[in-house]
Amino acid sequence: MIQTQGKPHAISSSEPMQVYWAEIVEIVREAPNVSTFWLQFIDTHLREGYHFKAGQFNMLLVPGLGEVAISISSDMENTRRIGHTIRSAGNVTSTINRMNVGDMLGVRGPFGNWWSLEDCVGRDIVVAAGGIGLPPIRPVLYYIMHHRRDFGKVIVLYGARTPNDLQFTREYKAWQDAGIELQVTVDRGDDSWDGRVGVVPILFYNTRLDPKNTVILTCGPEIMIRFVIFEALARRVPPERIYISLERNMKCGLGSCGHCQVGPYFVCKDGPVFSFDKLQPYVNVEEF
Amino acid sequence: MAEIQLSVGSIVALAKAGLEKLLANLQQMGYRVLGPQIQDGAIVYGPLKNIADLPKGYVSEQDAATYRLVYRGHRRYFDVTPGAQSWKQFFFPSFSELASYKRDERGRWQTEEQEPDLTPLALFGVFPCDLAAIQIQDRIFLREEWKDPIYWTRRQSTFIMAVDCLHPCGTGFCASMGTGPKANPGYDLRLTELEDVFLVEIGSESGRMVMAGVSVLPTSAFWLQAAQKGLEEANTKMGRVLPNQQELPELLLNNLDAQQWDDVARRCMSCSSCTQVCPTCFCWDTRDSIDLTGKAARRERVWDSCFNPDYSYIVGGNTRPNTRSRYRQWLTHKFGSWYAQFGTSGCVGCGRCITWCPAKIDVTAELSALREEVQP
Repeated sequence: MIQTQGKPHAISSSEPMQVYWAEIVEIVREAPNVSTFWLQFIDTHLREGYHFKAGQFNMLLVPGLGEVAISISSDMENTRRIGHTIRSAGNVTSTINRMNVGDMLGVRGPFGNWWSLEDCVGRDIVVAAGGIGLPPIRPVLYYIMHHRRDFGKVIVLYGARTPNDLQFTREYKAWQDAGIELQVTVDRGDDSWDGRVGVVPILFYNTRLDPKNTVILTCGPEIMIRFVIFEALARRVPPERIYISLERNMKCGLGSCGHCQVGPYFVCKDGPVFSFDKLQPYVNVEEF
Repeated sequence: MAEIQLSVGSIVALAKAGLEKLLANLQQMGYRVLGPQIQDGAIVYGPLKNIADLPKGYVSEQDAATYRLVYRGHRRYFDVTPGAQSWKQFFFPSFSELASYKRDERGRWQTEEQEPDLTPLALFGVFPCDLAAIQIQDRIFLREEWKDPIYWTRRQSTFIMAVDCLHPCGTGFCASMGTGPKANPGYDLRLTELEDVFLVEIGSESGRMVMAGVSVLPTSAFWLQAAQKGLEEANTKMGRVLPNQQELPELLLNNLDAQQWDDVARRCMSCSSCTQVCPTCFCWDTRDSIDLTGKAARRERVWDSCFNPDYSYIVGGNTRPNTRSRYRQWLTHKFGSWYAQFGTSGCVGCGRCITWCPAKIDVTAELSALREEVQP
């Protein structure tokens, strides 16, 4: 039986713009320019009281520089430390990637909706992720490992630019031991790579799935998402069981600042996770 | 003469000279009174000290990319329709501090406590379109699950004196949007300005209290008829119409690839004027700064616009890199997806975006051109 933790607990739902301070307690290097930053709240009550759901994100503040929306990549059933896997990309993420254990970040959150684990129960799950698109789905993998019998077949299709860019490699064995099938591909191999070369959607060609009983969870570059949807639809997975986590410019997390709009949706509030039927009218509109 | 008992809903007449007393009452009750006044040849909103500050005797001439104040010398205080400014600047300022942070002696960041300014505001002369705009922004910033603290601090005890719009502007289409020329409920007082008197409707208990000691007259059939006639005429006098606005969400969101978007993109300069003058546009950005010691940081909130290149920027690309997609975002949001988000159109028909567009782009014309293209 699936344990839902009730409504996720925003650290202060009445003042969601207020920042709570957290200390970086551990930094784990995942790939070049990508590390997982483990945060612990300074406030001891928050350490106990903070909960999130798989797929939600926090706004992380570097004072004086700005905030950035980062998905939580850790286990929602163990929240004493919260993991954020961050790639150096813009000003804020690059600065965070230069920080050390003991440095502080401001945290607001969690924001957004979450992967529908309820919809996954009893079904097969195909996770299709590219690059930094895997961290937002990692909480689902933790959950599956804790509650493996609630789900059918679980297949992770993961790709990165090069073998070096593959994240969480030291966890692959644990995933596989827990009964998660893993297929990995890279855009470009190197001398030591004897695995597959190619983009994530081609991994569908080696995957047998039962369209009536499969849920797709995908996150990554938008071009990859587009082709994952194409492959899933071609295999007759219904649009409402293809879940996508979108990335947009976000400044508030509340559907207030306006930046993340896609048609009627605020990605920060109505997303970041959408079932494909909701996005269908907009995915093929250029620059919408 | 027996004193007239006022209650919420009653309508009385107020001699023009009585406006002074009304203003004085608001000031004495501790309100910071804000009203229309002339500055640099345009109507702006600011602290109102005397009735003489009001733009009595003026009208405004407005058309696409045209705004001019003209002195007519009549005795009416509220004939001038608004300029570029709207009341949103007081609740959702173009610039406000979100938070400031300091490092303590151990170098740890601490959030500084802020003391909000709770002085209540009184808006002295809100046109129906702008009252509707305030109510739309209320839906955005004051939600069941979350009230924007900056907005709520200023908005919660605001007194609104609405004024019916008997001399509508050349670019407005409030009648099409159902927001005017008569003010919809949501005011504390509603004034209809006639030649010799104001008709005053008490809209709330605060409105009743503010009228204490203001000498009023009973209304007469003549005045009531004059007001009625004035509003009926105003309905037909405004410069623009926007037919069937309820159909716009479907029209816009089903035609995201129309030719008309290319056409308007050739004229639009992506300058963001329309979004800055729009009384309902709510997008904002944050700005962060730090002092030279590295020990004190600030976060500020500023107005943003869907026409700004950075607006949709994410690492790896810009969702809307050109004017075509930005204009389409503004129009489909304002007249279309706003309904799904907030249960109302995002437009009140005030006409500001038409008046203040340097390229003379007229939303009503753009929408009819789109309609003609796809429903020939």
